[in-house]
Amino acid sequence: MTSQRVHFYQVGSFAVGNRLLNEDERTVQAQSDRTNSIDSGHRACQGCGEALGARYALDAAMRATNGQIVAVNATGCLEVFSTPYPETSWRIPWLHSLFGNAPAVATGVAAALRAKGNKDVRVVAQAGDGGTVDIGFGCLSGMFERNDDVLFICYDNEGYMNTGVQRSAATPPAARTATTEAVGPEPGNNFGQGKDLPRIAMAHDIPYVATATVADLHDLERKVERAMELRGARYLHILVPCPLGWGSASDETIHIARLATESGLFPVFEAEHGVVTSVSHIRRPVPVEQYLSLQRRFAHLFGANPRPDVIAHLQSMADENIARYGLLQPEMEQSS
Amino acid sequence: MTNPFAITLDVGSSRANHTGSWRVERPVYVDRLPPCNDACPAGENIQGWLYEAESGNYEAAWHMLVEDNPLPAIMGRVCFHPCETACNRVQVDEAVGINAVERFLGDLAVEKGWALPEPGPDTGKRILVVGAGPAGLSATYHLRRLGHHVRLVDSAPRLGGMLRYGIPAYRLPRAVLDAEIARIVAMGVEIQLEHVVHDVEQERRDGMFDAVFLAVGAQLGKRVDIPAGDSSRVIDAVSFLHQVADDDAPLLGRRVVVYGGGDTAFDAARTARRLGATDAVIVYRRNRERMGASGEELEQALGEGVTVRWLSTVSKFDGDRIMLEKMKLNEEGFPEPTGEFEQLDADSLVLALGQDTDLSLLEHANDVNVRDGAVEVLDSMMASPSGIFAGGDAVPAQRTATVAIGHGKRAAHGIDDFVMGRSAEAKVRHELASFELLNTWYYADAPRTERPELERVRRQTNFEEVIGGLTQDNALFEARRCMSCGNCFECDNCFGVCPDNAVIKLGENMRYQFDYDFCKGCGICVKECPCGAIVMVPEHN
Repeated sequence: MTSQRVHFYQVGSFAVGNRLLNEDERTVQAQSDRTNSIDSGHRACQGCGEALGARYALDAAMRATNGQIVAVNATGCLEVFSTPYPETSWRIPWLHSLFGNAPAVATGVAAALRAKGNKDVRVVAQAGDGGTVDIGFGCLSGMFERNDDVLFICYDNEGYMNTGVQRSAATPPAARTATTEAVGPEPGNNFGQGKDLPRIAMAHDIPYVATATVADLHDLERKVERAMELRGARYLHILVPCPLGWGSASDETIHIARLATESGLFPVFEAEHGVVTSVSHIRRPVPVEQYLSLQRRFAHLFGANPRPDVIAHLQSMADENIARYGLLQPEMEQSS
Repeated sequence: MTNPFAITLDVGSSRANHTGSWRVERPVYVDRLPPCNDACPAGENIQGWLYEAESGNYEAAWHMLVEDNPLPAIMGRVCFHPCETACNRVQVDEAVGINAVERFLGDLAVEKGWALPEPGPDTGKRILVVGAGPAGLSATYHLRRLGHHVRLVDSAPRLGGMLRYGIPAYRLPRAVLDAEIARIVAMGVEIQLEHVVHDVEQERRDGMFDAVFLAVGAQLGKRVDIPAGDSSRVIDAVSFLHQVADDDAPLLGRRVVVYGGGDTAFDAARTARRLGATDAVIVYRRNRERMGASGEELEQALGEGVTVRWLSTVSKFDGDRIMLEKMKLNEEGFPEPTGEFEQLDADSLVLALGQDTDLSLLEHANDVNVRDGAVEVLDSMMASPSGIFAGGDAVPAQRTATVAIGHGKRAAHGIDDFVMGRSAEAKVRHELASFELLNTWYYADAPRTERPELERVRRQTNFEEVIGGLTQDNALFEARRCMSCGNCFECDNCFGVCPDNAVIKLGENMRYQFDYDFCKGCGICVKECPCGAIVMVPEHN
């Protein structure tokens, strides 16, 4: 079930919209009447990938459910920059409790709706990678295990950015953070076991698990739509570059997300009931250097004392992803 | 209590927080000059008419095209398309087939009978146009649109100049030529054929013209002194092609040698093949890299059985034999004789060594400067402050029909300014939309559509058109390969990628607007704009 690109248009289906595309091939984001679930005036940094990812996902969920969603939010950047008293950026019903309990709160909302016999209103829970892979992990695993009717979205910016860029279990090896400084023989974050949450979610055999990035809007929206067609526990993991924490230029956010997938470091795929059903193939392969060199959190791998050994290690991780998910085109360019 | 149960705080919207104040740079929408438009000698807005064609608005596309060039079906065949050489898509896959789409639009217009714009309101000014080739026809068209009366004179019995008498029918079918010329004539033009202007000043006085446009072309084939036993078997290419166009082809025999390496040499050799020559040999003193003709034309000629002797000159034509001297290129790339000779059987020799302009009509025009056989002109194509303008092959420039059409347009506007007593407005040119400004990720991979070619065996015996046209599907596909360099084509990317919802979509064909109250100036829209139509500029104060 690989998604088919529309060819032979000026921009095919790569751009957000296009006057030449049929209405149903345009994205939610191309519509003037999109929800704008998270409104202007929020206090996210310039070029914030998370603000973008949240609008993409929630606007798509709003369209898929005819505007019938409740969002539950864990503590994190997204919560902090959207709701400083007395303002809110949310144009949808939105609920915040604690850092670690968003999956449990979402379960409760879903249970309350069920108790009231309301089948139309759907529940979306969202958190950053800290709230997902670290602090909320126990609640999340329980939510998966009970197969509660919640779509849980993780906006992964690979660290605790709001509190000052500390390491999370989703921080990549070798990355510099406030708690993994670029000093010593093994600078930056360690090459540990990693904590690959999409695969952990798949191990729960829940109905739907998918990854996406802010660089491929069509793919992201299609996955949200697919998730809302299903009932039970669903998990969507969206890579959202963070100019502040990654040390990248504010205008590079989408470009960097694209390089993450094109290098193979961030595999984009979807799975149903624990089985991978489709992958997004790499269109224009790039070495990991191209991705790494745009980010100051990896600056210690380049420059005066370069670390080609560390870069090679990261490249081998990308190559493993490429092999595991079959990310290369069967033939380099699809002929259809 | 006005709040619902358990709600104690009033909720305000974050829209109260004008994040635009964070900004140090602001994005601004711009239009840049696409490289195709920049390269077009006729000054066409190629990106503009392709945009219309992409939507299938062929009539609108054609109308935009003829704003600048009234002869698209002709130019879609004979133009050497510098636009495609300049096209940014070359660096992605292959250039957009602009020339093929132009021809498709031109042919469609002829088929549907679309009319050129109405002539402008009568100004009472009278303009004499000497020469009815591409420059003269283009000037006539633009002058009529500006409302001036035009008398178009030509020495030949029919209109078209070199388009008719220089370009063979297998490249430009006469029905196409006639149809596009007829549209210009229908705008109301006074035409005088088989009339030779001997003295331009006299002609101007007699006809009480306010200005004159000279587009006399370069009609005289250059001759060189070649010892020839029988001079009747030597002909220059211009006269040869002219006679063929008049259905009065000279008998050249079975073995024809053409001397020269420009487009005209190839036209002559290919025409000779079609008239029954078994051997058509081009003799050229330089090599393939330094040839004047286009590579396309060489390939087509070779495919038709024309052969080429590179690095050779004709030193003697005697009886049935031509004596060739071998040449070699020196360090500066100039050919030098080697003293080695060889013989070639030949029934006739066609000289295609370039053309000269007959400017004897300017003898009494004292304030016109002629240098090296060409009329010196200003940017407005003005040759004399008394109101004589010149263009086409008669002025120093590349001698192509496209350049001539551009000259005609420029001269028409120069003449308009002159007769109406206005000073010319300086044209503002947008900054070039160079390849580095594009984000080509967003363009779908789409290889170019080639036009069909007539089977080779059929090309050797008749004057059927060699290159076919595109079908409507192909033309649409080809138009949609345009990347719209430097000009917004409403892909919604900026509207979609803004993390602050600070782009307002104004609706179809109205593009977008920034909401500077909330734009934080991150620059993602600039980076992700496929066509480079947004720039960041510093905020002041």
